[in-house]
Amino acid sequence: MKRNRREFLKLAGITAASASVIGVTSGLTIAEASGSGAAKPDTTILAKNKKALTAKRWGMVIDTRKLQTASDIEPLIAACHKIHNVPEMTNKNHEIKWVWEEEFKHVFAEQEHELVNERLRHLPFLVLCNHCKNPPCVKACPTQATFQTKEGIVMMDFHRCIGCRFCMAACPYGSRSFNFKDPRPFIKETNKEFPTRMKGVVEKCNFCAERLAVGKQPACVEASEGAIVFGDLDDSQSEVRKVLNDNYTIRRKPALGTGASIYYIV
Amino acid sequence: MFNKKLVIAGLIIFVGIITFPFWFNQAKVIAPPEVKLTERAKEAKECVLPDKLKMRGEHMQLLDVWRGTVVREGNRKYVGTNGKEYEMSLSNTCLDCHSNKADFCDKCHEYASVDPYCWDCHIDNPKETK
Repeated sequence: MKRNRREFLKLAGITAASASVIGVTSGLTIAEASGSGAAKPDTTILAKNKKALTAKRWGMVIDTRKLQTASDIEPLIAACHKIHNVPEMTNKNHEIKWVWEEEFKHVFAEQEHELVNERLRHLPFLVLCNHCKNPPCVKACPTQATFQTKEGIVMMDFHRCIGCRFCMAACPYGSRSFNFKDPRPFIKETNKEFPTRMKGVVEKCNFCAERLAVGKQPACVEASEGAIVFGDLDDSQSEVRKVLNDNYTIRRKPALGTGASIYYIV
Repeated sequence: MFNKKLVIAGLIIFVGIITFPFWFNQAKVIAPPEVKLTERAKEAKECVLPDKLKMRGEHMQLLDVWRGTVVREGNRKYVGTNGKEYEMSLSNTCLDCHSNKADFCDKCHEYASVDPYCWDCHIDNPKETK
C-alpha cells in the first residue's frame, strides 16, 4: 500500500492523540490506587506527647568544677548505660560507650601544653556525643541512619544502620561505638522499656530523646545533681544560656566547625 | 528429535522435582495456628486497629509507620480510628498486652514462614529465655 504525505501525517496524529489519552487515563488510575494504599490507616493522628520537652536546639553545659573525681562521674555513666542497655564488653576492643571519662590532653588536645594547670591535668572529663550543629557523621552516613532531628539532636535510626562505620571515621570526637558482637549477653541488667542493639550496628548517645519525649531531663543530667545544665541553646531566656553567659566555657575542637553543643566550664 | 529418550526422561524427572511440594503435601492439610490471647488482650476487646483482620494483615505496615515517625519525627502518641490513644512502642505497648510471644507472635510467623528481626533488639515482655 502506498501512502502520500497527507495520509501519513493524519495517521501519525491520530496515533499520538490516542496514545496520550490512554496514557493520561491509566496514569490517573495508578495515582488513585496508590493514594488509597492500604498501608496507612485513615484518620489517625501521630503526635508528640503533651508532656514532651521541646527546643530549637538542645545543648548542655558541663560544670567540671562540680565533677572533681572519677567517683563523681561514675554514677552519671552508670545511669545512662543502665537505662539504655549499654553492654559492658569484656574485650576492650569491643567496648561500647555512650558517655565516658577522658583526660584533658585527649578532650582538649589543641589546648594541651606541658605547663597546663595541675587540676585540669588530672581532672576527669565527662565526654559524650557533641550533637554538633554541623554533624560530619550525618554527612558520612550512606543510609541516613544517622540524622539530625528538628531539635538539633544527632540521632541514630538503628533500623537503617548497615554497620559500614563511615560515621565512626567521620566523628572527630570518637563518640560512636560498633557492636562487634551480639551485645545482649553482656548487658548486666536489662531495661525492658528500651531496646538493645544487635551485632553489626553503630550506637551512641541519643541525648535521651526517649526521656525528653515524656518530659524528663536526660539521665546524666538528672544524676549529676546540678553539675550539668541542659536546655535550649536557641532560647535566650533558658537556663543553659544564663549559665553560658555567666561563665567562661570551652568546646571540643572548635576549629573543625562542627558546632558542638556540649560546653565545658573549666 | 535427537536423544529422544534422554530428553523425555529428563523432562519427567524435572517436572517431578518441581512439583515435589504439591504431591508430597497432597494428603496433609496443615491447620492454621490458633493464636492465644492473654487475659489482658481479651479484656481490651479491640486492638490498635479495631478490625481484627486488618490487624492480622496489616500490623507490619502499621509498625513500619510507627517506627518511622517515632524515631525520625519524635512523635510518640497515636490516636487510632477508634479514638483511643496509644503510645507508639513495640516493646512497651504491643508486647505489654501481648506478652505471650511464643503463643501469639511466633505461631503465626512460623506458619507464614516469616522471620521478622524485631526481637533482635526489641525485648519481648516478659523476656523469654532461649
